[in-house]
Amino acid sequence: MDLAHSPADEAFRAEARAWLRAHVPARPLPSLETAEGFAAHRAWEAELAAGGWSAVNWPERYGGRDCGLTRWLLFEEEYWAAGAPGRVGQNGVSLLAPTLFEHGTEEQRSRVLPPMAAGEVVWAQAWSEPEAGSDLASLRARAVRADGGWRLSGQKAWSSRAAFADRAFGLFRTDPGADAPHRGLGYFMFDLRAPGVTVRPVGRLDGKPAFAELFLDGVFVPDEDVIGRPGEGWRIAMSTAADERGLTLRSPGRFLASAARLHALWQDRGGPPEAADRVADALIGARAYQLFTWAAASRVLAGERLGPESSLNKVFWSEYDIALHETALDLLGEDGETGDTPWAEGYVFALAGPIYAGANEIQRDIVAERLLGLPKGRRT
Amino acid sequence: MRFLLDAEQRAFARSLDAMLGAAGTTAAVRDWSRGDRARGWALWSRIAEAGVFALAVPEKYEGLGPRPVDLVVAFVELGRHAVPGPLAETVAAAALLSGPGPAERFLAGLASGRSAATVAREGRYALDGDAVTLRLALTADGLRLAPGHGPVRPSLDPARRLTRLSPGGELLDAAPAVDRALRWARLATAAQALGVGLALLERTVAHVHRRVQFGAPIGSFQAVKHRLADVKIALEFARPLVLGAAVTMTAADVAAAKASAGEAAYASARAALQLHGALGYTAEYDLSLWLTKAAALRTAWGTPGECRAEVLRAHGQVH
Ligand SMILES: Cc1cc2nc3c(=O)[nH]c(=O)nc-3n(C[C@H](O)[C@H](O)[C@H](O)COP(=O)(O)OP(=O)(O)OC[C@H]3O[C@@H](n4cnc5c(N)ncnc54)[C@H](O)[C@@H]3O)c2cc1C
Repeated sequence: MDLAHSPADEAFRAEARAWLRAHVPARPLPSLETAEGFAAHRAWEAELAAGGWSAVNWPERYGGRDCGLTRWLLFEEEYWAAGAPGRVGQNGVSLLAPTLFEHGTEEQRSRVLPPMAAGEVVWAQAWSEPEAGSDLASLRARAVRADGGWRLSGQKAWSSRAAFADRAFGLFRTDPGADAPHRGLGYFMFDLRAPGVTVRPVGRLDGKPAFAELFLDGVFVPDEDVIGRPGEGWRIAMSTAADERGLTLRSPGRFLASAARLHALWQDRGGPPEAADRVADALIGARAYQLFTWAAASRVLAGERLGPESSLNKVFWSEYDIALHETALDLLGEDGETGDTPWAEGYVFALAGPIYAGANEIQRDIVAERLLGLPKGRRT
Repeated sequence: MRFLLDAEQRAFARSLDAMLGAAGTTAAVRDWSRGDRARGWALWSRIAEAGVFALAVPEKYEGLGPRPVDLVVAFVELGRHAVPGPLAETVAAAALLSGPGPAERFLAGLASGRSAATVAREGRYALDGDAVTLRLALTADGLRLAPGHGPVRPSLDPARRLTRLSPGGELLDAAPAVDRALRWARLATAAQALGVGLALLERTVAHVHRRVQFGAPIGSFQAVKHRLADVKIALEFARPLVLGAAVTMTAADVAAAKASAGEAAYASARAALQLHGALGYTAEYDLSLWLTKAAALRTAWGTPGECRAEVLRAHGQVH
């Protein structure tokens, strides 16, 4: 058991650090939840990609560095410590890409991944619907067989950044007669600017048009944009969901950096004793999450697959993130209320954590039933 | 980087678990609480034979150590089985006595289990001072071999007996490694607390499967499930802190491990008590052995507040 990284891994870290130091914008970019910020973040993705840093763990032929999980984690530590911008390509990089690696065809990978890495095509996730949130399997948007492909119809909701994104991936019902709601679903990629798509931006809590509703009316999708076989959509989506909640959606690097900034803020404010315990808890929580992730990564590297444990992660980081930001706002006092600080922006973002990527109540059910073996409850 | 127990360490945990499970530990705990220590010491010898105390003692003094990761693995099992006695204190004593000086004469006895030690910092209680052969007092002028102890006071955990050490006695070391000993004691206590928390969760999960109310096992109610899920999450995030602290042995990592394992075990105890209903509130039912220990270990060798302060202090130094 050891936590030390090899000299080669440390050299990789140093290289990443040097590159980031030379390239991270001196001033924070405008919020990526606005049109202006989205464009600025897209340009940043392109710069990252030009340096070869936008998807370090991917194979080189798709624009990555083939550097493996350990180095990805080290890169993430450096990335967030350097104060680099949030990733506008997040949904694609952390959700669609792993799905394509596991279930896609080589043709799909070589077509979709390089422009994703470069920020040329930004992806949105189209899973949720107005009537299908926690109970995702009840979704109604449908895919009907057409010549050479499928036609998608129905409504999707809460698609992050879909207001400005280019394409989307999501689940549609291919077989309304299937014997269970989660059977008979297909997983499709489609163009957000295709004929028949209407995107209606929705303001999030602070009014920024962060997500959108999608209305689809007979949108044509060619067969090459179906991931896996129609009917297997649920299984494919659930393996992605484990990624989303597990290792890749929120790397520990992000929280280590936030906790260090919180500690600095606390010291700047004179180290008020009434906040000391909460600041300490933020430092302890970031370290716990880091070590938990290293343990999970070690198991993956040893050939194990992560299962429902990713639900432990999801609840932990989402609640951690809120507590950390609440502490920061309390330390800022009146200045925290002004709303235009990075802490306020982070706070608004953190508030959604227990809701998306599977509401925390659903994650607790998974922990209780699948990790503790408690009886399934009655669910309507 | 390979932050994973190896096969040997996992086998070590399993064999301790099997040994303690078969050894009638709960009877030893109840005897120990009454001051009857025969069974407790028999258990102690078997734990020592398994090499547990030797892990804290350097090889040149007939030990196997120092091997903090293996020690953590062992202490989680000691906690899971609610083993009584000055376990962390004996580890702290080994850490204190591992430096050069006359003190070395005690180490082989600690490693082999022939003797057990208690350690008290200035102004604090010593655990089981009435039971041990070696009483170490950390005083203003160094480390002393205390000649005796004061009256025994009860603890929240009936299996823990608290005493003050008598002043005076032989000066063993004028500049003892107090910080080092504190780190070892804290680490061992954190691991023990983690084990206590895990045992409480395990027992509670079994109980909520069995107990039927309103025509269904109470474990099928979502309020019950979510409470246990939160306990599971707290314990699973304390575990890597405890193991990570054993790898680095820095003051901040050890304090973080102690604070979070202590809090997680305590949360496990609160949930266990609540979900067992009145049954859990009885001394007769064995659950009480772990419930009370979780409360006591939370403050032993550093309250959550002291540990958090240590984390802040250490973090301040890095920056
Ligand atoms: C900021 C943000 C970004 C998002 N981005 C995307 C995206 O990019 N793509 C996408 O597809 N979706 C996205 N979502 C949607 C998200 O996945 C859903 O909000 C989520 O699955 C919950 O569904 P719902 O909002 O319909 O809540 P509901 O399912 O209506 O649930 C409401 C609340 O009821 C409780 N609840 C529900 N069911 C249970 C149960 N069985 N037991 C106990 N409690 C329960 C939970 O507290 C839950 O939060 C996003 C959401 C947010 C807030």
